[in-house]
Amino acid sequence: MALRTLNVAPGFMRFMPKEYQDLVEKGPFGRQIKVTDLGTFKEVLEEHPMCEGCAMAFFIRLSLAALPNPEHTVMVGTAGCGRLAISQAAIPFVYGNYCDTNGVATGLKRGLQIRFPDQHKDVVVMAGDGGLSDIGFSQVMHSWFRKEKFTTIMLDNEVYGNTGGQESGMTRKGEVVKMAPLGKQFEKIDMLGLAQTSGVAYIARLTPTNPSRVFSTIRKAVLIAREVGPTYVQAYTSCNIEYSIAPEKVLDDARQVEKERYGFVEIMSDEAKAYLERIDAESKA
Amino acid sequence: MINSKPYRVVPGPEGLLPPAAATCGVVLPEKGEGLVLGSLQSEQDTLLVMARELLTRKNPTIFPGPLVLWAWKEGVAEKAASVLELADEIPGVRIIPMPDYRPIYPKIDPEAVINPCHPNLTIWHNKIEVCVFVGVHCHFANITLKMIRAGTNCYTITLCHEAGHEDSMASLPFCGSDQVRALTEAIRQLKREGLRPRYADTPGIQLTPTQQTVLSGLAWQHGDGALAE
Ligand SMILES: Cc1ncc(C[n+]2csc(CCOP(=O)(O)OP(=O)(O)O)c2C)c(N)n1
Ligand code: SF4
Repeated sequence: MALRTLNVAPGFMRFMPKEYQDLVEKGPFGRQIKVTDLGTFKEVLEEHPMCEGCAMAFFIRLSLAALPNPEHTVMVGTAGCGRLAISQAAIPFVYGNYCDTNGVATGLKRGLQIRFPDQHKDVVVMAGDGGLSDIGFSQVMHSWFRKEKFTTIMLDNEVYGNTGGQESGMTRKGEVVKMAPLGKQFEKIDMLGLAQTSGVAYIARLTPTNPSRVFSTIRKAVLIAREVGPTYVQAYTSCNIEYSIAPEKVLDDARQVEKERYGFVEIMSDEAKAYLERIDAESKA
Repeated sequence: MINSKPYRVVPGPEGLLPPAAATCGVVLPEKGEGLVLGSLQSEQDTLLVMARELLTRKNPTIFPGPLVLWAWKEGVAEKAASVLELADEIPGVRIIPMPDYRPIYPKIDPEAVINPCHPNLTIWHNKIEVCVFVGVHCHFANITLKMIRAGTNCYTITLCHEAGHEDSMASLPFCGSDQVRALTEAIRQLKREGLRPRYADTPGIQLTPTQQTVLSGLAWQHGDGALAE
């Protein structure tokens, strides 16, 4: 997308569905959105078919609102619950096969750099823990080894939610999920450690309990990926269906998980730190 | 036994999975030609068939796609204007847009929008028996046309910017604003020759109730009833 594509052809505005009129008139495009602006503008994602109270849907909504330039962003996803919402957002979405998100994102990012040398085009992979830590694992790792400049966001619900509850590499040891009755036999994969070893420029782990933190984390991850190198965000986004959490208890669960084991972790390379300081100083100048 | 009867692309419902017309031997028209029910015709004959269908079938509707709805490059405004001129000549016509191709779940408003994931819902709800696709990218038009043929009795017309569509009942390739205007002219010609349109006493463009609501919302928003265009 680009800002100039957001003009309705003369005479057609009155035939456009309300949603599109609102996106044109009150959307987030071409301006900086703050978390306190939520509720005052037309978000790129509102309706979606995910389960009632799903924490993943909430996190996706926040993340999409936090993108620094939604009009210059392409999302890449794959099979899994998250894509039900991501593909419905008013941001171009590429559906990678279940395994090749980070290969697709690599080609896309490189192509966009050649096609638009004077304009940052942000590529953001957003997929489940099964998609990124199991079936797409090797492509994730290789994109990091190659230092590809895009962001990978894992929606870590610690299970294969979309297919009814098989265990993933990110399920915790001993956990019994609906289609893994013996319980997980090995530890949750240390994706943060792997990211560090691979030289990922910005790494964060968080839960959706604090919208301001989600905003600043996503923004940092996307900005750093523009100039410095690959970035990785891992978000705990519980599956209330597979872990039997009542919708109204979803945020309580997230707070508890954050307190007991997930925390908020942020690891940044010196280069990434310097880059953020530079753009911060430039924006204040 | 080999079936030697040529495949005809006719209004459905044809059943769950109609074959792609191309696999049944229907070939695309060249410049200056058109396709009608799967067979090649001259451009002028094709235009006259389209014009007749639009004037005589129930609830004619134009489905403009993103290439016409968004003024994303030079020339779009001109083509958009030609589509509105066409609409003006079809009594009782509606314009229901396909602004992009993202899925719309859990529920679409079939009076407001048509979506390539379930175009049949819009056609069923509005009882559309003839429609025009214009400005829809070919790969989405193809899948949409097949779904319409599968589950509805709608006569599909495509004004394609590229090579045309075998899966619509009438198709014109390489359609710029000149070709759209030629269709408008064909409609005028039929009326001059005495064809009384099915909705002869109805004004050209009818807003759907949803569009009327949106419009009043906008008028309220802008205070003076003017549209932000
Ligand atoms: C190559 C391939 N294998 C298997 C599947 C079936 N499949 C669809 S979604 C899914 C699980 C998704 O789990 P995860 O990535 O953790 O996302 P979640 O649904 O939990 O958000 C699977 C195995 C597929 N689509 N493609
Ligand atoms: S199955 Fe789980 S992750 Fe998927 S939408 Fe439902 S609650 Fe969310």
